[in-house]
Amino acid sequence: MPYRTDIAYLYDGSFEGLMCCVFESYYKKELPELIFTQEEAQSTLYDIREIESDRGKAARVKSAVKNKISAEALDFVQKAFFTILPRKERIILDFLRKGFKTGGVILDMLTDDTVSVLSKAVSHLGKESALYRGFVRFSEIGGVMVSVIEPKNFVLPLMMDHFCDRYPEEIFVIYDKTHSTMLLGEKGKARLGYVENFEPGEANIGEKAFRRLWQSFYEAIGIQERYNPQCQMSHMPKRYRSQMTEFQERETAPLPLFPEPEARLPGK
Amino acid sequence: MDLEEKLKILTGAAKYDVACTSSGVSRSGEKGKLGNAAAWGICHSFASDGRCISLLKVLMSNACAYDCSYCVNRRSNDLPRATLSPRELAELTIQFYRRNYIEGLFLSSGVLRNPDYTCEQMIAAIRLLRVDYKFNGYIHAKAIPGTDEKLITELGLLVDRMSVNIELPSSRSLQLLAPNKTKAHILKPMQQIKEGIQENKAALALYKASPKFVPGGQATQLIVGASPETDYSIITLSESLYKRYTLKRVFYSAYIPVQSGRNLPSVDTKPPLLREHRLYQADFLLRFYGFSAKELLSEKTPNFNTAVDPKCNWALNNMDRFPVEVNTAPQEALLRVPGIGVTGAKRIITARKTAKLDFAGLKKLNIVLKRAQYFITCGGKMLEGLKQNPEFILRGLMSEASIRRTYLPDSEQMSIFDEEEYRKCLTGQI
Repeated sequence: MPYRTDIAYLYDGSFEGLMCCVFESYYKKELPELIFTQEEAQSTLYDIREIESDRGKAARVKSAVKNKISAEALDFVQKAFFTILPRKERIILDFLRKGFKTGGVILDMLTDDTVSVLSKAVSHLGKESALYRGFVRFSEIGGVMVSVIEPKNFVLPLMMDHFCDRYPEEIFVIYDKTHSTMLLGEKGKARLGYVENFEPGEANIGEKAFRRLWQSFYEAIGIQERYNPQCQMSHMPKRYRSQMTEFQERETAPLPLFPEPEARLPGK
Repeated sequence: MDLEEKLKILTGAAKYDVACTSSGVSRSGEKGKLGNAAAWGICHSFASDGRCISLLKVLMSNACAYDCSYCVNRRSNDLPRATLSPRELAELTIQFYRRNYIEGLFLSSGVLRNPDYTCEQMIAAIRLLRVDYKFNGYIHAKAIPGTDEKLITELGLLVDRMSVNIELPSSRSLQLLAPNKTKAHILKPMQQIKEGIQENKAALALYKASPKFVPGGQATQLIVGASPETDYSIITLSESLYKRYTLKRVFYSAYIPVQSGRNLPSVDTKPPLLREHRLYQADFLLRFYGFSAKELLSEKTPNFNTAVDPKCNWALNNMDRFPVEVNTAPQEALLRVPGIGVTGAKRIITARKTAKLDFAGLKKLNIVLKRAQYFITCGGKMLEGLKQNPEFILRGLMSEASIRRTYLPDSEQMSIFDEEEYRKCLTGQI
């Protein structure tokens, strides 16, 4: 019996939900034209079926991907789901269908269109999250280190481990404005949550003093004779700068003092 | 003098040092401590000159007892002097690190009184940071030539990377421009660090908890264009530094005239940025592509071609080794094709396991066909319609800016790099 293709799936936008779409596709022998969420106002001529998220079904699909394709493939698909690739749901379905036929070798098939398109999107996500590992700027506000980012891809899941490892003794927040999601890290552990319109509180004088010092350092480190804004732009496109301390208005808060508590002899 | 003023002076004094990456060490965070280290390094910002900012790069002090004529901090230069106290340094590092401004500290210093005293001061500051402030992030320290061996060892146990600057590519130039430094002086700590790292490796193999000595390896920097050495002598020197002293990196710094001097290029000399760029390209070929210095240049052609990069230049002079068949060539041969980099070669090898590669397939692997097309075949065939005379290939390999430079030498001196070269332009952070 040929696969039915004149149908579209509406799902809840979660990865579990998408796994249930994959389940449905196999169960009903369908290749949906489109898989989309309520937020994306899509017009389609075909019937729309709402796919309900079901943990059990999602888990079955995930373990099938792991066992019949590979653990790397599951990780790859999860990352692909975090990207901004248009129609990613449908392409992921294609990828998994191919993968169930070929097995783990699917990830080596770099010249295959489906694999190539997903790989590029995943590598874009990887690059963006790697840049944000450096470009995130925290402010100490009420004892919590707070930062805001505006990424294109959903990078927070790829940044969690790095920052938990880096700041095991801090409480920190990274707020993703684009996806209205907050990463809250505490005692080396982190969780994600949906938060709308988060605004960090006002910084105090102590915080502003360190911003001022950083701005001065940033200005002093550039070599005038090698001034090269194009090179700077290619490494750090403008969109990353909106939340970075060195590109904010100059701070003028009073500077901190660090008197030596006692004379320390070198080597002692 | 307030802290901001000091920071400005000591950053301005340290900015010309380019051996400042945060790479080479992978270290997990630890409960009770602050920070970790990533082997590939992390750039936290890019300065107005396009260079990566990874570390808080400052001098401990710019009050230098030496009088090296190429150096802005030389004793005879009339400029404001400042010194950061260990506590100020530690607080700045910690507070910048907590805000994710930096990956760690790069600490160098002018020679305060003498090399030993300077090193003691640096040790005091770094120990405060490591012990009292429990800082677990990256630290790179400069070893001052002429420092006592014991102090070098002590410093080496506190930091991730150490570097001794070669400064000038020959002892004659050193003698002329840096009368207080000699080749022996510079190479001695380098040798000591190399041996220290080797002994430490042996000790770590026996006992995992042995303290680590300079786990990120050592680096150095050479100033290019202050003295008359050729590109050939410079990359030959780099090659021997990689081999004999097992250095992790050699950095090249285009000389920026900071003052006039009898033995120096005139003050209005432009920094030789393109030359520096070519040296970095060649350096990559030495480290990752299996080239030797002798293959790239010779006594007869001692300087790099300004029109094309060293790899293209080598390929044009060795056309008998091409074309290479992408479906069967070993990795070493793929790496020698202009337009195929380390990642590209890996992708090709992965992809050809399951499918026969054609030119459309190579595009999907992000291979730069603009350059690679002249040197490869896919299934025995070259790209259709491709002309094969050397002059045409050269034009094809040159960038827009390069063509302008070569054929219309008077046009637009300002644009030294074209778009593509900008992207590749080195930042000391790869």
